[in-house]
Amino acid sequence: MMTDRRPDAKHRISAIALTNRNRALWLAGVVALLAALCALSVTVGTRDVSWSDITAALAGRTDNLGQAAVALRIPRTLLGVLAGAALGLAGAVMQGVTRNPLADPGILGVNMGASLAVVIGIVWFQIETAGAYIWWAIAGAALAAVFVYTIGSLGRGGATPLKLALAGAATSVAFASLVIAVVLPRADIAGGIRSWQIGGIGGATSERIWPVLPFLAVGFAISLLSARKLNLLALGDELAVGLGERVAFARASASIGAILLCGASTAVCGPIGFLGLVVPHVCRLLVGIDHRWLLPFSALGGACLLIAADVAGRIAARPAEIDVGILTALIGAPVFIWIVRRQRVREL
Amino acid sequence: MVSTSLQTLIANRRRRQRRYRSVVSILALLVVALFALSLAIGQTVTPPLEVIRVLLGEQIGGASFTVGQLRLPRAVMSVLAGLSFGLGGVTFQLMLRNPLASPDIIGITSGASAAAVFAIIVLSLNGPIVSIIAVVAGLGVSMLVYGLSLRNGVAGTRLILVGIGISAMLESIIAYILSSAPAWNLQEAMRWLTGSVNGAQLGQAIPLLASLAVFGGLLLSRSRDLEALRLGDDMASALGVGVARTRMLIMVAAVGMIASATAVSGPIAFVAFLSGPIAARIVGSSSSPLVPAALIGAVLVLAGDFAGQFLLPSRYPVGVVTGALGAPYLIYLIVRVNRTGSAL
Repeated sequence: MMTDRRPDAKHRISAIALTNRNRALWLAGVVALLAALCALSVTVGTRDVSWSDITAALAGRTDNLGQAAVALRIPRTLLGVLAGAALGLAGAVMQGVTRNPLADPGILGVNMGASLAVVIGIVWFQIETAGAYIWWAIAGAALAAVFVYTIGSLGRGGATPLKLALAGAATSVAFASLVIAVVLPRADIAGGIRSWQIGGIGGATSERIWPVLPFLAVGFAISLLSARKLNLLALGDELAVGLGERVAFARASASIGAILLCGASTAVCGPIGFLGLVVPHVCRLLVGIDHRWLLPFSALGGACLLIAADVAGRIAARPAEIDVGILTALIGAPVFIWIVRRQRVREL
Repeated sequence: MVSTSLQTLIANRRRRQRRYRSVVSILALLVVALFALSLAIGQTVTPPLEVIRVLLGEQIGGASFTVGQLRLPRAVMSVLAGLSFGLGGVTFQLMLRNPLASPDIIGITSGASAAAVFAIIVLSLNGPIVSIIAVVAGLGVSMLVYGLSLRNGVAGTRLILVGIGISAMLESIIAYILSSAPAWNLQEAMRWLTGSVNGAQLGQAIPLLASLAVFGGLLLSRSRDLEALRLGDDMASALGVGVARTRMLIMVAAVGMIASATAVSGPIAFVAFLSGPIAARIVGSSSSPLVPAALIGAVLVLAGDFAGQFLLPSRYPVGVVTGALGAPYLIYLIVRVNRTGSAL
């Protein structure tokens, strides 16, 4: 027995080692890409800034306009990395939890739920601090997630990918229209209607970023720690139960991580959709379906995509800017349609 | 025995027709009443007699301006846009046999709206050419959505999701054009985001009226074929309807109406989506809901605009009111569709 198995096992181990080396290479590549994009994000913008001003600004000086512009780009880049990582990771977790290739914080209505909750808090309950925004956003995200999952799993066949996506997208459309209704009478934040409908990282300041850091940290930790559970869930509920996994607990805990990430990022950036859909699919092509690799890759990939979209939005529309939420929808919606087309469906 | 069952059949049919006629006349009266109400009541109340005299062309100090210049264009636009959205929306819902397949959900109004915004803001066009561009874009988008959802036949769910994806792209284009417009004007922006009849002018009603006459007439003349399509493609061709050609004609007519209305009033949220199911609920499943749905569209826009201007604590464009009404209904519908399967 033992002698029969050994060469095979050895072979398999070397195969795993090989793919792990590939993955490590990819990891290094993605980290390098992210670093390059961040550098680009700090240097490129509406105003051309000289190298000396950039280095001076990075050292903390804001003596002239160029240095001040760079000083504004630093928190923006930081927020882009954080929000992109949060949304990419949340998308991967949601796809794992629901075993649904169409899952995404935007498509499933979670981001718009967070947005609606913040807007209701601002207009009807006079919340003002960034900390309060986050609690409202997380509550909204959680309610929306539970709501969409519940209505998506009604009826025959449970929560099939298309039913869940339809429930989420319709909820998102409905919430978006309620956001307008709630915000419109308030002239003072009416200019902000747009920012609660389509997300962006334009107005980032470090004062707005600090309060979300603890929430994001907890969200990242919970999500990344759920990788093994998601791997088991991917085998199907029966097999996962057979292997000793508490399926409901695994789903609930991973979802809490994703909801924290979505709520916290929406509280600062507004709803950014489709990022969490695209990134995990690309990452799966690179590193495979093992969530222990997929989740960190999705986080890094999300950060890369969001920063790239933000920089592209600054270059393409000079001297104006295109909000990242606009660009992620333009990039992500075709991917969404492509995945929808690949799904087998029966008439509802 | 045979004769009694025939008699009950005929009696049932008579009852249905009577019911249909009374529903249509009540709805028509409601439209007229709301129209009159929105002419007579505003920040000030104009006596009915003065309203009539203004409509007959007399010059009356004050009333001529408020009724003739402000309220009349607005009310006319509300009626025409409402009729167009209601009729176009229910047509899609019937043809695709799914209440979620309404033009405002599957991206057709967003396509028309994006084209209109592009024509008005980027190309600085105005007048009927904007409507034409919007109609062409609406047709293009509907072809695209239909084409992209073809794969072993069109499945309703796939078509709706593809439409939602396309709609997300188009809406981000609208948002981009609006945000890069030289003067970001909230009122204008709201028109293209949710629809509004603020600042309507009588001149804008002409292309809308023309499209309603041409496309609406075409649709109503084909309503029998549309009824046949409701039974399914096989049944329809067995009944002698050229399925592909009829579907194409009906789609062009419905898109034409929706897009011309959108070019003027913006995509008034959920009117196309709400009218059909309400009409079907009122007339019952055995009568055609086309005309009732058109009238309900007009009622929704007139009532929504009136409420948005005068009944609510602050002033809203009509699209916000209909949007807030439609949102819960959309969610309710998803629940129902998932639980029991779909039918209008």
